[in-house]
Amino acid sequence: MKINKEQIEKHGLKLEEYNKIKELLGREANLLELGIFSAMWNEHCSYKSSKIHLKKLPTKNNIVIQGPGENAGVIDIGDDDAIIFKIESHNHPSFIEPYQGAATGVGGILRDVFTMGARPIALMNSIHFGSPTNKNTQNLLNGVVSGIGGYGNSVGIPTVGGETKFNSTYNENILVNAMAVGHANKNKIFYSKAKGINKPVVYVGSKTGRDGIHGATMASAEFDENSEEKKPTVQVGDPFTEKLLLEACLELMKENSIISIQDMGAAGLTSSSIEMASKGKLGIELDLNKVPCRENNMSPYEMMLSESQERMLIILDEKKEKKAKKIFDKWDLDFVVIGKTTETNRLVLNFDSKIVADIPIRALADEAPQYERKWNKPKIKKNNLNKYDLKKIKIEDALIKILSSPDHSNKSWITDQYDQVVMCDTIQKSGGDAAVVRVHNKNKAISISVDSSANYCSSDPKSGGKQIVCENWRNLISVGSKPLAITNCLNFGSPEKPDVMGEFVECINGMKEACEFLNFPVVSGNVSFYNETNSKSIFPTPVIGGIGLFDNLNKIINMKTKKVGNLIIIVGKTLGHLGQSSFMREIYSANEGSPPEINLTNEKNNGQSILNLINQNLITSCHDVSSGGILISLAEMSMASMLGLKILRPKKFTDLNEYFFAEDQGRYLIEIEVDNLKKVESILKKSNIFYEVVAEVQNDIFELSKTFSIKTEELYKNNNKWFKKFNAIN
Amino acid sequence: MKSSVIVFPGSNCDRDIAVALEKLQFKNSMIWHKENVLPKSDLIVVPGGFSYGDYLRSGAIAAKSNILNEVIKAGERGSLILGICNGFQILIECGLLKGALLRNSGLKFISKNIFIKIQSNKNKFFNKYKKNEILELNIAHNEGNFFTDKKHLDELEDNDLIPIKYCDKEGNINPKTNPNGSLNNIAGIFNKNKNILGMMPHPERMADKTCSNEDGLPLFLSLMN
Repeated sequence: MKINKEQIEKHGLKLEEYNKIKELLGREANLLELGIFSAMWNEHCSYKSSKIHLKKLPTKNNIVIQGPGENAGVIDIGDDDAIIFKIESHNHPSFIEPYQGAATGVGGILRDVFTMGARPIALMNSIHFGSPTNKNTQNLLNGVVSGIGGYGNSVGIPTVGGETKFNSTYNENILVNAMAVGHANKNKIFYSKAKGINKPVVYVGSKTGRDGIHGATMASAEFDENSEEKKPTVQVGDPFTEKLLLEACLELMKENSIISIQDMGAAGLTSSSIEMASKGKLGIELDLNKVPCRENNMSPYEMMLSESQERMLIILDEKKEKKAKKIFDKWDLDFVVIGKTTETNRLVLNFDSKIVADIPIRALADEAPQYERKWNKPKIKKNNLNKYDLKKIKIEDALIKILSSPDHSNKSWITDQYDQVVMCDTIQKSGGDAAVVRVHNKNKAISISVDSSANYCSSDPKSGGKQIVCENWRNLISVGSKPLAITNCLNFGSPEKPDVMGEFVECINGMKEACEFLNFPVVSGNVSFYNETNSKSIFPTPVIGGIGLFDNLNKIINMKTKKVGNLIIIVGKTLGHLGQSSFMREIYSANEGSPPEINLTNEKNNGQSILNLINQNLITSCHDVSSGGILISLAEMSMASMLGLKILRPKKFTDLNEYFFAEDQGRYLIEIEVDNLKKVESILKKSNIFYEVVAEVQNDIFELSKTFSIKTEELYKNNNKWFKKFNAIN
Repeated sequence: MKSSVIVFPGSNCDRDIAVALEKLQFKNSMIWHKENVLPKSDLIVVPGGFSYGDYLRSGAIAAKSNILNEVIKAGERGSLILGICNGFQILIECGLLKGALLRNSGLKFISKNIFIKIQSNKNKFFNKYKKNEILELNIAHNEGNFFTDKKHLDELEDNDLIPIKYCDKEGNINPKTNPNGSLNNIAGIFNKNKNILGMMPHPERMADKTCSNEDGLPLFLSLMN
């Protein structure tokens, strides 16, 4: 049977790509082989459009144990402890079937982390929806949030925070990015590289069903009005089996029996077996009749391309097979030897005593096409905000409007559906600048923050790329931790469009600059292209997940103001930049101008000084100033404690809106005791940092002198009404 | 004091409760659900989580496991048994406690800190609290909406068998301070002999100053009393 053009297209391959396959095989492929190639060569698995650009990112420093290329990144946090973490997208499946799409996104990222020997200790997420007025948004929001909660709650890993944003750019293509963080002993980390010939290849976990066939290929194509029909490509999650698999794997990992291990994620059995063999420069032979199947009469094609969840492939020390099987029996999970490693460097699949596929591993992994796609340098929008008469806007009206907007509203409607404290190590839940989770049984903790700024990136991708790295860094500092490393999830439109590719390239260039300057390496991540429907792409939305470290639990701080009479100081200079600000979006519905500039020297200097002040116990609370500017950040501090603030009018600014809503970067609000003012001033002066006193903590009332006065309780009410109203059952 | 924590596939608060018990010097053992023998223990805990994935009905499958036969026998002999969250659901499913735990009235999973008020401290579980004391504990469940028939409800109310009810910070018990639709704001109930307690809130999550308040600690101290 000859493969025809239609089949090639259906598999998401280009004609020239199929010609290359023929060349590598030295013959026509059969349908199974075509399926395997398409699974390995799609964008999602091969990174064919992004690889050459991703190489620019810094991925190493003295704390990085494992950078990109494994299931997850690994960093050293001292005393033999390692943190293993990664963020990944599940955008396409979540749009088609929000509950299962989001749930399996969480499941997949958890497996990436425990495959490497870590016990997961926290989950985070970044979810982006279309406009609240879009007819799908409510349903998608409900489904995604229940899915994330449904999976994480059941496995028993706390979901400690994240971000939720709304913008019409995601109307037909939502984003669901999930991050998992695990803790391991740094001397007991497991990798996917196979070693040794004739070693048993063991299949463990759930049985293989017909769900998710071609999921990765689906994720590598854009949507159209028929996307609903793609529902069968979405996997169905079973958090119960995940929990069993987690415990069984960690139990097996206590012994020295695993040579290598890989979860069956995108492209299931295909990519896991090929990845292991390719890394070990070995071959692999599987007997597909042995694959545990959920349904009858499954074909080799279905088995190899199924994305059924909660499955792992393990290459085992053959002497330990019995002992290993006993552990999986205890947890009532399948444990079947389905093949062996070989020296042939080929993937050989047997079914019904016949060889049904025979492909050189190199062809699948190393020979996957790589493209240097054409890209256009993005045109940067200029600031042209003069036409807006800011004087007409009453500052208190703007404050309330922004605080009650979907993006700025309190997210407890969402986070109350997530178990945030199971495992009893959550020190700071969502709602702060970063979540804080203790390393179990130790006097140390990590901070985690997930951030994105699609508006900034869409108007200036390079500056936006820099900005999110900095914002993430700032969030980790604001709770008192030392930022260590990041993982990234790069959500973009079609790489085949030079404008989209331009956004991608420039975002990476921006991130690279910031990561290098801040010594903040990227240790893992994921690229999600083709986030578009009917040829309309989303805003470029890189998402950053960062980890920071506290080597002492006494240094953790939050944004809650502590004592009446304390002073609030703004650290970092306010220039009045309103381009791409929340103020412009919420008040004028205007997406105008360039984003605020990033000055990396100031960023680093300001951040290090904040850490220095925290270490000397001079700060009682801290909050970074980001979206919404100073006034929104002050309101958030006030609502966190329900104390009030007496805010001073700025000396040099004539326009209050410009001063209070500007989104200039590198700024923090800190609360200090009056008695410490001199000490704090001298430290900031010594480092040449701009600062000014902006407010004083008082009871109940949030006021700007001579301008407005609102009860903090009133702020809180406005900040808490949107989600409830939006999701009220009609 | 010796304690046993029963572990089902899908339990996920087993480690948390063990940490809290061991902190108070309980000599604790973890008992796998397939066991047929329960070691002699002063306290048996059926922990929270999603035993068997909450499939079929929360707690229904766990109630049929091997070890539950032993738990039931121990309960009937008068051993102290504490079921938290999924543990409460299991104790109801296996018949050690009466009533039912329905889907939350809001039809959503709820995980947040709530307040409860001590209704009665004349028992083995709450004797270190004052009557009417208000505690802040955490709940995390899909099915915590306690329901029962009128006769059983009267029996519970009349015999001091409802030790804790949901309230607000000020201690007001009314429909507004009821997070999940539970009858009479019930957060936990006893059996007739008050040796078996089922409760939805998690005391083990409030036993460590670094992460929370310590409102859950007196419960464990009460058991040692």
